[in-house]
Amino acid sequence: MNTINNKNSEDISFWYDPDKRSILYQIGAACLFAFVAWYLISNTMANLERQSIATGFGFLHKEAAFEIGESLIEYSAADRYARALSVGFLNTLLVSFIGIILTVILGTFLGVARLSKNWLINKCATGYIELFQDIPILLQLFFWYAFFYEMLPSPREALSPFNGLFLCNRGLIFGIPQAHPVYKYMAMAILIAVIIMFLLKKWAQKRQDLTGKAFPVFYTSIALILGLPFVSWLIGGAPTEMSVPVLKGFNFKGGLTISPEFAALLLGLVLYTAAFVAEVVRAGIQSVNKGQTEAAMAIGLKPGQLLNLIILPQALRVIIPPLTSQMLNLTKNSSLAVAIGYPDFVSVAGTAINQTGQAIEGVLLIMIVYLIFSLSTSAFMNWYNKKMAIIER
Amino acid sequence: MELTKKNEGQVIIKPPISSVGIPGWIRENLFSSPFNTFLTIIIISILWFSIIPFLKWALIDSSWLPDANCKASGGACWSVISSNYKIILFGFYPQNILWRPITAIFMLVILLFISRNRNYWNAFLGYTWIISLVIMGILLKGGIFGLETVDIQKWGGIILTLLLSVFGLTAAYPLGVFLALGRQSKMPVFKTFCIFYIELIRGVPLISLLFMSSVVFPLFLPEGVSINAILRAQVAIIMFTAAYIAEVVRGGLQGMNKGQFEAADSLGLNYFQTMRLIILPQALKIVIPPSVSILISAFKDTSLVVIIGLYDLLKTTQVTLSEPKWMGFSAEAYIFIAIIYFGCCFFMSNYSRKLEKELDTGL
Repeated sequence: MNTINNKNSEDISFWYDPDKRSILYQIGAACLFAFVAWYLISNTMANLERQSIATGFGFLHKEAAFEIGESLIEYSAADRYARALSVGFLNTLLVSFIGIILTVILGTFLGVARLSKNWLINKCATGYIELFQDIPILLQLFFWYAFFYEMLPSPREALSPFNGLFLCNRGLIFGIPQAHPVYKYMAMAILIAVIIMFLLKKWAQKRQDLTGKAFPVFYTSIALILGLPFVSWLIGGAPTEMSVPVLKGFNFKGGLTISPEFAALLLGLVLYTAAFVAEVVRAGIQSVNKGQTEAAMAIGLKPGQLLNLIILPQALRVIIPPLTSQMLNLTKNSSLAVAIGYPDFVSVAGTAINQTGQAIEGVLLIMIVYLIFSLSTSAFMNWYNKKMAIIER
Repeated sequence: MELTKKNEGQVIIKPPISSVGIPGWIRENLFSSPFNTFLTIIIISILWFSIIPFLKWALIDSSWLPDANCKASGGACWSVISSNYKIILFGFYPQNILWRPITAIFMLVILLFISRNRNYWNAFLGYTWIISLVIMGILLKGGIFGLETVDIQKWGGIILTLLLSVFGLTAAYPLGVFLALGRQSKMPVFKTFCIFYIELIRGVPLISLLFMSSVVFPLFLPEGVSINAILRAQVAIIMFTAAYIAEVVRGGLQGMNKGQFEAADSLGLNYFQTMRLIILPQALKIVIPPSVSILISAFKDTSLVVIIGLYDLLKTTQVTLSEPKWMGFSAEAYIFIAIIYFGCCFFMSNYSRKLEKELDTGL
């Protein structure tokens, strides 16, 4: 009894109490960490002073004095660094956004093909996935860039599979409709159609819950999304004028040009990431038990309903988390644009670092931007997992 | 249909000829429905019109010998490889002593080959690895036993790629295990630090760390001290890979049964004994397959050091291509190194699949 009492009371020697020891360890670690941090910071301060490099984010308000090849917003060399960086940021967003959409489409397609009963399709998809997963993305980017730059002819001998589309080493050039106010209204019409669609779906769900009558939401939505813009185009006077690219001197005028850098980056990212997305999609589809399909057919659901109500909700629960992390990977890999000269955020920040010498601030900015991407993605994931968690009885 | 007894003169009706053998297989797997037939025809025609010209370009019209007249042949110019393979594979390593890196790589391949078999996984193999790595280092660096010293700055091509990935992974693994343990720790200071580190590193692209190693890290050092670029990039790769390994190992730790911890406690083992003797041997076994996929992506990611100007396999290829004589033959050169990368990664991913099957004890 005596010994047990002793153990419970306060007179255990200090070194034999794990709780007290752990406090000691932690204080030690914190001190060590603080010392290392102090040492590095003091070194850095001394170095910066010796090399007379400015500190702080003041450089953002200085004149950038370099040109950027592609920009979504107006930009000239006389603008400030802050604007140059936002050009880079928007370019990163643009390539990631388009890349993600194309990747999901191609990846889903390949994932389904991977499960096809057709031997040839199955093997082709498997071969594609193996090949593109096992070659470094940077090498693929270089390859596509070389393809666009070296193997395609000069603008004078541009390939033109059909009229209005040219493929040459200046990029992909095609005709677009001439700017006209109608197109603004058409975009608004699409937005309105989407809102109506959303409300319609809610209403139809409510009605079905109450009366059991189904409403053809899908076909109505398609009609809306195609119909509304078409009607607004007709009302606006149905302009058909096109801006067709014409060869003038050494390059094309008019139309829309997709630069070789952008095309190579997009192509490389999409082909690489789609191979990973395909595996995600395949795993998702395989995760749905065959009995689910059979049960749904037994209670008389139509194929469309079977897919919408039974298969997709279950498969998506498995697909979405790894899919988001692949999308994030694509966004992070888009930073490799710097290697082929597409002005994304990292590339612009790199130029800024070279010009101002403020490496710490530059790298910090790059890290913050990508951390924002990944933190917002994981916030979305947490929300989604909570929403989708199976509520068990 | 009438059931007949087995031994009495029963009539065996064979399945129709169209559903067995090769015709049956073709019917079943390629032309089972109109839609499938349509797809098969489309795919075959695409393959026909892409593979045949490609083979013609790559094999028939191509020129293979060094210094052949490529422009005339119209096909692939593999001469770009046969004339420059020394530069592409070994960078600026002195060409008269190339036997040294070749021997080192050969040793590495043999070791990897032996290590494939799990029956050989014991302490002896571990020591063999350590000793061999030292020998490889001596072979490459020289300086003793009368070997000519080769400066690390001159290591390039596949040597650098292998160096960055092999050392990157061997150093990152223990670090990753410590980070994972720290993240699971009950001590708030360690836990916060590890979570912060792991999430920070996993949130940023590798290239930002490489930038940091090339432009920011020199500022951290006291005046007069400098560390060479390869080592700095190596540290960045280790830091990056460790965070990913930590997450994989954490998965293994979380998969451990609570009873294991309690049993270890009741035996009176302390924290380090519990981890070293009970938990880690089991947890690390679970995470071997995902670790191999980390290895694959780390191997592929070493190619990113091109961006900070190190002469790895990709960069030496570009150096070759920047010579006026070989301009315009990027496709051939890139295909060549793509085959090298593909071969290595394919070997690893197949191995990981095989291991997964072996380790799957159904528990």
